[in-house]
Amino acid sequence: MDPTAAKMIGAGIACIGMGGAGAGVGIIFGHYLAGALRNPSAAQGQFANLIFGFAVTEALGIFSLLIALLLLFAL
Amino acid sequence: MDDPIHQFNIVKYFTFGHIAGREIAFTNSALFMLIAVYGISLLMLGATSRRSMVPGRLQSLAEASYEFVADMLRSTAGSEGMRFFPYVFSIFMFVLFLNLIGLIPYSFTVTAHIIITASLALMVFLTVLIYGFWKNGLRFLRVFVPSGIPIYILPLVTVIEVISFFTRPFSHCVRLFANMLAGHITLKVFAGFITMLAAWGIVGWAGAVLPLALTIGLTALELLVAVLQAYVFAILTCIYLSDALHPGH
Repeated sequence: MDPTAAKMIGAGIACIGMGGAGAGVGIIFGHYLAGALRNPSAAQGQFANLIFGFAVTEALGIFSLLIALLLLFAL
Repeated sequence: MDDPIHQFNIVKYFTFGHIAGREIAFTNSALFMLIAVYGISLLMLGATSRRSMVPGRLQSLAEASYEFVADMLRSTAGSEGMRFFPYVFSIFMFVLFLNLIGLIPYSFTVTAHIIITASLALMVFLTVLIYGFWKNGLRFLRVFVPSGIPIYILPLVTVIEVISFFTRPFSHCVRLFANMLAGHITLKVFAGFITMLAAWGIVGWAGAVLPLALTIGLTALELLVAVLQAYVFAILTCIYLSDALHPGH
């Protein structure tokens, strides 16, 4: 196979991983919202935890994006 | 279409000379870092030069940013963490200003270069390591052994904690870098669609309204991401520093 074509296909496949991170981030914000609607007074105190969970989950999606960018532009 | 990566090119303005075979040059990256530092200094000095009981616009902005970072640090690292306040505040304001300046068209996004974010993240990592060992001695190693874990899975958890501790600087810097990079590439690609469609004449002009609207929306989203990523970078710094202060979890 042509190496350029293989790189392009690899970059595309690497981006599939971002779907998982998308689902994870959705679960985090959805559950935060569900919890916040049940107990709005406690919601403000958990905002830092929300952002921490979001950041840790998002990092995994970013890693797969990074692989795609590396394949496209760096390697 | 223009290469969407072209905006991240480093341009050399003038050179200071060579140190150990490496060129020390003043680049556009250095220029925008200087602009950010001057901007922050102007904001904070201007706000505190004419203090009043009832804050004006500038003073309330400075007070709000101070309170924001101080609350973040107190809630994650406790009141002991306030000794790191100048450090965390500098990191937050620096990253925030660089992200926001990068959104201005024709400017340069310093945080979209991994060398910048990696050095910031390594600085945090080394601060945690050195301060943790200096303050707690070998008790700092308790950071790898969470309390309240059954003894038979403790070895496994410890291995996972060690791995997660040492991949922290990597994920810390890549998160900011990749968010900025991906956001700016997306903006550029959608902006490229406008000119591509507009080249088709009057039909293209009608069609170009769509990507134009999308670009405006994406710019608003990028504004959110710029502030959010600065916040995330700062709050992760706080959480890592809190490990150095209280290693026992």
